[in-house]
Amino acid sequence: MKIRCRSAVFAAMMLLLVLAPGVSRAGYDYVDISNPFLRKIPIAVPQFKSFSGTPEEMKRARSSSQLLAETLAFTGYFKILDPASFLFDPQKDGIVAPRINFKNWTTVGAELLITGGLVQTAGLVEMELRLYDTFKEKLLLGKRYKGALADQRRIIRRFCSEVIYKLTGHRGIFGSKIAFVSTTSGNKEIYTCDFDGYRPHKFTNNRSINLTPMWSSDGKWIAYTSYAKGNPDLYIKNVREKRGTVVARKGINISPCWVPGRFELSATLSFTGDQEIYLLTGRGKIIKKLTNNRGIDVSASWSPDGKKMAFVSKRSGTPQIYIKDIVTGRVRRLTYEGKHNTQPNWSPKGDRIAYTAIADGEINIRVIGVDGNGLIQLTEGQGDNESPSWSPDGSLIVFSTNREGPSRLYVMTSYGTDQRRLLEMPGEQSEPNWSPNIEGP
Amino acid sequence: MRNRMWITLALLLVVPAMLFSASCAKKAVAPTPKVEKKATTDEAAKKAEEEAARQRALEEQRLREARQAREEFVNEMIHFAFDSSALDATAQEILKKKAAYLQAHPDVRVIIEGHCDERGTVEYNLALGERRAQAAKTFLVNLGIDPNRLETISYGEERPLDPGHNEAAWAKNRRDQFVIK
Repeated sequence: MKIRCRSAVFAAMMLLLVLAPGVSRAGYDYVDISNPFLRKIPIAVPQFKSFSGTPEEMKRARSSSQLLAETLAFTGYFKILDPASFLFDPQKDGIVAPRINFKNWTTVGAELLITGGLVQTAGLVEMELRLYDTFKEKLLLGKRYKGALADQRRIIRRFCSEVIYKLTGHRGIFGSKIAFVSTTSGNKEIYTCDFDGYRPHKFTNNRSINLTPMWSSDGKWIAYTSYAKGNPDLYIKNVREKRGTVVARKGINISPCWVPGRFELSATLSFTGDQEIYLLTGRGKIIKKLTNNRGIDVSASWSPDGKKMAFVSKRSGTPQIYIKDIVTGRVRRLTYEGKHNTQPNWSPKGDRIAYTAIADGEINIRVIGVDGNGLIQLTEGQGDNESPSWSPDGSLIVFSTNREGPSRLYVMTSYGTDQRRLLEMPGEQSEPNWSPNIEGP
Repeated sequence: MRNRMWITLALLLVVPAMLFSASCAKKAVAPTPKVEKKATTDEAAKKAEEEAARQRALEEQRLREARQAREEFVNEMIHFAFDSSALDATAQEILKKKAAYLQAHPDVRVIIEGHCDERGTVEYNLALGERRAQAAKTFLVNLGIDPNRLETISYGEERPLDPGHNEAAWAKNRRDQFVIK
C-alpha cells in the first residue's frame, strides 16, 4: 500500500501504519492525572537513525529527534534526558525491540524511550517512530509516516499526539492554535500561531486598535474588538474566509466569548446606556440579555456544557467573578478573596476557573474550583501576569506577563509549574486565547 | 546795576514782541486752507489707523483669549481614583468651567474620551473607561448642556498619556479627555 503525497496541503498526505498490532493500554497510569506535573517522566529521545546515511538525511534525522524532544517537553509531562549521557550510536545500535539494550536506557534513568529512523527520497520523508517502556522492555506504540519534507513538523506532532493519548488517554494540544494581540507593526493587531508559538501569522491589518481575540469552539471563527471604524466594535470573522459580521452599536461592543458547541456568543454592549452582557447569534443578532444590573458586567466565560456563564460584575462594589446558571437564571458570587478579580476562563474539564487577581500591588493568575473551593495562585513575584487561557486538554495555561519588562506570552502547566516564554517576536504580546484542537496534528 | 536794568528792559520789549509775533503767525496760517486740509486728512487717516490697530489688538486679544479658553477646555482633564468613575470635587469644578465654556460656545460639540491606567484587564478597563466618560457627560447634561452635543468613547487602557509603570503615571492616565469636534 502506497499513497503518493502531492503537496504540503494537510489533507490526507501521510501514510500511517501501525507497526505493532493494537498494543493494549498500559496496565497502569504513566501520567498521574490528579497531579501530572508533580513528577515528570524521564524519557530518552536519542538521535534518529538515517537509513541511507547520507549527510543530508543524517541532518534531517538529527533535527527530527530534536524537534520531537522539544514538542514532548512542551507538554510539561516529561523530563527530557540529556543525549550526551546516552550509550547509543543511532547508526549502529538497534532501534527495534529485540536489538535494543534496555539496560543502557534504564541506567541513564529513562523510563520511556523513543526511537526513530527515517529515509529521505525525492522531496519525501518516511519516518518510523516507536515508544518503549524501558523497564518492561515493551513496545507501547509504533507508527510509520510518509510525507513531504515540509510535513516533518506535522508528522512529529502527530506522533506526539499518539504518545500523549497512549499515556494520558486524551488527545493533547497538538492541533490547537493561539490567537493574541501584538504591537509588532506599531499597532495592536491580532495574530495567530501554533500551540507552541510556531508560525505567527497576522490576522488583522487595519492599523487601529484590535483587542481580545476569542476562538469559537469549532475553531472556525474568531471574535474580537476593533477600533477600525473609530468606535470599539465587535467583529466576528471566519478564520479561513475572512468574512463575517460587525456589531457596531452605540457605546461599547466588547468582550466576546463563544458558547461551546454553538454558533452563538456573548458580548458586553452598552447601547442602552448601561453595560450588560447579551447573547448573540454568530451573525451578531441579539438573542437575549443575560445580565440585568446597573454598572459594569463584562468578561464572560462559558462552562464546557454551555449551561453556565462566569462573568465579572462590580455589583458588590469591587470587580468580582460571578456564575450565572442560564437554565435557572440564578447568579452566585464565586470569588471573595481580594478586591479585584477579573477575566475568568473556564477550564475545558469544567471543574476549575482561572482568573486575574490584583492584590498586594501585584497582578497574578489564580485558579479556583467552580464550587469556590481550592483557590490557588499560579504566579507570584514575577511582574504582572494576566489573561489566562486554558489549553484544549486543560493541561496548560497561556498568559501574558511583563516579568521581562515588555509584555510577553508565557505558558505554564495548570499547576503553575514550567513557566516559559511561548514565542519571540518584536513588540509586545498580550491577550492570548487558546483554540480547541482545530486540525489533526 | 546798569546791566540788570538793560536786561529788564530787553525782557519788557522782547516778551510782548514774541507774543505779538506768535499771534501774528496764527493769523498768517489762517489764509492757507490747503495745508490745513491736508493736515486734517493726515490726522484722520492716522486716527483711523490707530483705531484699526486698536481694534486689531482687541480682536487679537479676543482671539487669544478664545484660543486660551479653547486650549484650557481641551487640555484640562479630569482625573479619577483607581477603579473608580466617581467625580471628586476637583473634577466637578473643572466640569463646571467646561459647562460655562459650552454655554458660551453653543456651536461647540465635544467627544469625551474615558481612559484607564494599565492595571486591570483590557475588557474591564474598556467598560470602566466608558463609565468615566459617561459620568462626565451626565454631569454636564445636568448643568444644562444639550446631550446631543456630547459624545462619549472609551479607550480603556489603550492610550496612556504617560507610558510609565508607576503610581504617578497611573494617576495621569486615569482620566477623561475632552476633544472638540
